[in-house]
Amino acid sequence: MKAQIELANQDNSSYRKLKDRIFFWFIVVMSVVTISPIVMIIGKLVVKGFRQFNFNFFTQTTPDTFEAMMAVSQGEIIPGGILNGITGSLLVVVLASVMAIPLGVIIGIYLYENQAKRYAGLIRSIADVLQGVPSIVLGLISYLWIVKHVTTGFSALAGSVSLCIMMLPLIIRSTEETMKMIPTSIKEAGLALGVPYYKIILRVLIPTGFSGLMTGILLAISRIIGETAPLMLTTLGSPVVNMNIAKPTSAVPLLIWEFYNDPNMVDLIWSSSLFLMGFVLTLNIISKRIAAKRRTI
Amino acid sequence: MKSDKVTKQILFAASLIILLTAAGMVFSLIMGAIPVFKEFGLGFVFSNEWDPTEGRENYGALPFIAGTLITSILAIVICLPMAFSTSLFIGEYFRKSAVASVISSMVDLLAGVPSIVYGLWGFYTLRPIIMELGLSPQGYGVFTSGIILAIMIIPYATSLSNEIISMVPNELKEAAYSLGATRMEVVFTVILPNARSGIVASYILAFGRALGETMAVTMLIGNSNVVPDSLFGTGNTMASVIANQFGEADGLKLSALIGIGLLLFIITALVNWIGKIIIKKFS
Amino acid sequence: MTTVAMAEKQVKMEERIVDIKNPVLSIQDLSIAYNKDKYAVKHVNADIKKNAITAIMGPSGCGKSTLLRAINRMHELYPDIVTEGKINLHDDDILKMSTIKLRRKIGMVFQRPNPFPTMSIYDNVIAGYKLNGIKLKRAERDEIVERSLRNVALWDEVKDSLMKKGTFLSGGQQQRLCIARALAFQPEVILLDEPTSALDPVATAKVEDLLVELKKDYTIVLVTHNMSQAARISDYSMFMYLGELVEYDKTKVMFTNPRDSRTEGYLTGKFG
Ligand SMILES: Nc1ncnc2c1ncn2[C@@H]1O[C@H](COP(=O)(O)OP(=O)(O)O)[C@@H](O)[C@H]1O
Ligand SMILES: [Mg+2]
Repeated sequence: MKAQIELANQDNSSYRKLKDRIFFWFIVVMSVVTISPIVMIIGKLVVKGFRQFNFNFFTQTTPDTFEAMMAVSQGEIIPGGILNGITGSLLVVVLASVMAIPLGVIIGIYLYENQAKRYAGLIRSIADVLQGVPSIVLGLISYLWIVKHVTTGFSALAGSVSLCIMMLPLIIRSTEETMKMIPTSIKEAGLALGVPYYKIILRVLIPTGFSGLMTGILLAISRIIGETAPLMLTTLGSPVVNMNIAKPTSAVPLLIWEFYNDPNMVDLIWSSSLFLMGFVLTLNIISKRIAAKRRTI
Repeated sequence: MKSDKVTKQILFAASLIILLTAAGMVFSLIMGAIPVFKEFGLGFVFSNEWDPTEGRENYGALPFIAGTLITSILAIVICLPMAFSTSLFIGEYFRKSAVASVISSMVDLLAGVPSIVYGLWGFYTLRPIIMELGLSPQGYGVFTSGIILAIMIIPYATSLSNEIISMVPNELKEAAYSLGATRMEVVFTVILPNARSGIVASYILAFGRALGETMAVTMLIGNSNVVPDSLFGTGNTMASVIANQFGEADGLKLSALIGIGLLLFIITALVNWIGKIIIKKFS
Repeated sequence: MTTVAMAEKQVKMEERIVDIKNPVLSIQDLSIAYNKDKYAVKHVNADIKKNAITAIMGPSGCGKSTLLRAINRMHELYPDIVTEGKINLHDDDILKMSTIKLRRKIGMVFQRPNPFPTMSIYDNVIAGYKLNGIKLKRAERDEIVERSLRNVALWDEVKDSLMKKGTFLSGGQQQRLCIARALAFQPEVILLDEPTSALDPVATAKVEDLLVELKKDYTIVLVTHNMSQAARISDYSMFMYLGELVEYDKTKVMFTNPRDSRTEGYLTGKFG
């Protein structure tokens, strides 16, 4: 048969094996290249940021440019710290979470309860769209709504509203996914006993899915904690510690931006970034732990 | 039960909030953008003249639309071989091994690095390299931004693809092996065709991410309000022009920035919507 | 030859039970472990006859698939699996051949029909050529596709829908397509792992007829846990139990006169 003759003549196996080896090493090398930036970034933050890490860094507010310049010119480390940024970030993030968590969980439960409804499908699509909206646009929105009309000025509240809109879709999504994993028998057992529905939500669904909800919430927080752009449009920044939600407030990423733009303060960039990165990393690790534990149960 | 009815109403009311939020966002952006559209009409979208000088104000968003698209396309092109390799590394070649989970956690970490930290790293590490290579005198520009964006979107491009690659059934791969295929041939004729739509969808979602990234790009693109003249030229993106010029904006300029926000919103929503449709069709 | 050596040879023959001249495959002291110390196949010796159907029977989990998959070195895809012993294809040690060449000579059909879902029926049949980067002229391709599909009696059913996806076919048709895919490459040996376990009785009968037809040109090794299937179509039968090859004989002999009590127990339905 003709085809068989062809077949015998076409011994390409060594060439193909070589190609296979080369492709394998391409995959390995490119994968190493892909992860090298994260190693380089963390390495750089640790090496350059560690010097500024001291007690004052966490307990004092930012120095002014002049103080920083004096310190730098004398070869000392820059005095002061980022307390106003830390408290500001906490204020904005806590505020955003207080709004986003209950709302997101409730909407997630609503979607879970009404899976098949077209209206639920609409809400789900809206959540998907919101998840893709660039954070700077959310900053604009919050500026138009809160800065202009509610607090009539830059404020912590305005910042937290933009971050809240960022968190919502993430929490809605993870809540619905978590609820879907809870066996319906657990819920039905309660309903059969005539327990009011809100009690089932509070006593059964939320506690059973607690670790799943926590994972989603922590990941959402880790996504918003480093946001800079929306805060530039909403909270503005502040050199002092501010706890008034209607007043301009600083935040760690905002401080990094300020330090970046001020040649005298450049040394503080790295320690602030290291702090921020450490925070994100910790949240990631905790949520991974929770997720892993859940899987083993 | 009466309480059950109330509970249901509360759940429903919550869902209304997000509906109203989304509707309100669109409404506010449109309202805010009306003045600039009234002044320049569609010229706002297609003019490449951006001049805030009082008296001869002219706002055209074209340079920023171009900058956004060019940087994002460049990012996805650079990201492609990296994300492709990493997904295969995690989802096929080292599936379920310890190395794969280390690589996969490191990729996850990339998603956790704040945008501004990428900007710093780009400014202090990447930019000098670009200068050293003589690609651009100051090291700023579309190319530098594209590289940083590529790194930033890798986790989005890989997360979905490596899962989908690892879900390609063993029996199909074995069928190909039993016909004498090498692993590479199995990858290209069985794994990739079967995972195709999922991979495409994750690249589209990653592209959507790149469109909206602000800080890192702002710090690296050079912030010149012109259509980039080359791969290494400077420019500005929609997100970064908003971040840059917002502080001193009011009146028509503010409206122009909101208009750019509206366009950005529409473009990203469209891109994400396409990505989600592909995912839905796939699953 | 000394008498001791003669006696030893005698014993070896005894162990192998059937004496097959010029075997296509010769399995020698083959043991396979998925994880250390837990062997799924233990010290199997067997020769496989040319142009015959050899059935491997035994209760579920006894190691039939494990043994079969060793023959075209499928286990190498999973680095944890340990293979000891030797398998010869004619006079070549298969472990020393390149897998590319080996798998060209030994085709495989799996338990669940697994046509490539992204390929048309046509492309599925010539997938072996495509995967191996063998360039064929259009006419040659058409010829191979038609011949292979005729071989599995599928041609008349699908000749008008060759460009449709293979996954649109019924289960029985899909499995015959998979056999055609293996045949298209003109192997010497075809390994089939319970090819009819996912099929209905009508489709099963078709595949069985087909196998009997195919043994004229191919050597067939068929894993089945359906002993009536083995009785119907196989020439030789192996009975495996807990990883051991308990008995190997002409099918007629084994079914009428099993030597081992475990074989008898299995054939009379006491277990399995
Ligand atoms: N991938 C695997 N990993 C670990 N053990 C396996 C694997 N596949 C099969 N086994 C074990 O090996 C033994 C033989 O399996 P197998 O050859 O599939 O049996 P059969 O095909 O006769 O039903 C069984 O005990 C089974 O549990
Ligand atoms: Mg089996």
